[in-house]
Amino acid sequence: MDRSSFLRCSFLSLSDMAMTNPVKLEIMIPSNTADGLGAQEKLVALMEKFEYSMRDVFAMRLSLEEGITNAIRHGNKFADDKSVIIRCDISTEKMRVVVVDEGAGFDPEDVPDPTLEEFIERPCGRGLMLMRAYLNICEYSDGGRCLTMERERNSPLPILED
Amino acid sequence: MSKPDRRIDIEEISGVTVARLLEKKILDEANIEALGQELFALVDKDGRKKIVLDFTLVEYLSSAALGKLITMHKKVTTAKGKLALCSIQKDILDVFKITQLNKVLTLCTNLDEALTKF
Repeated sequence: MDRSSFLRCSFLSLSDMAMTNPVKLEIMIPSNTADGLGAQEKLVALMEKFEYSMRDVFAMRLSLEEGITNAIRHGNKFADDKSVIIRCDISTEKMRVVVVDEGAGFDPEDVPDPTLEEFIERPCGRGLMLMRAYLNICEYSDGGRCLTMERERNSPLPILED
Repeated sequence: MSKPDRRIDIEEISGVTVARLLEKKILDEANIEALGQELFALVDKDGRKKIVLDFTLVEYLSSAALGKLITMHKKVTTAKGKLALCSIQKDILDVFKITQLNKVLTLCTNLDEALTKF
């Protein structure tokens, strides 16, 4: 291999080739949704490096949007002095993301089912339901301040009744 | 490149307002708020009562965007009008089914079908 092809291969290994070794990433963002979207884009780019399917990427992007926005809006209430921490572990088998806010917390059981007749026309409250439908794991801990999201590669979720 | 000022493109077909959503990703808060204002103006400001929302270009949307669609549906219904959504990609259609909004909103396969609803 001549020097120029070696350099080209080295460059490819960093930027274009599929990743196979697990990657850990931690991002701290202020409590605004523009930064939330930036973090989401970074994690989606990682999924693409690991060659996850479009279906998996759609599911995780939607879940990240809901989980991170909830932490910023309902958790930290957009407070300037509060941050959201996003920890990601990704491998060829699964992607796990933990989102931690500094808010007062909440009980997920208190969130009403938005598909019930009395709530179906309410314009809010569907984020949690969507995350549960698309993720293999969607769990809140630390009094609702810590959300763990996990999706396995090629998960059949969501399961829909036709 | 800067974002387009408008988030919908309007066309009149046989007395029906067809609003084509121009954003691929209806995700971020500011974007969703601006889209909501443009949609609501069709009813509140322009007084339109027969409206189709064309989702051909939309690849992602969040629960906040669903909220705007529900509010839009309520506004049109209150004005004694009708709202239909058409050309929704499979992944997005799943989102409507999971949240069971397919039972509340009129979802059509394509624009031709949507125009028959008026």
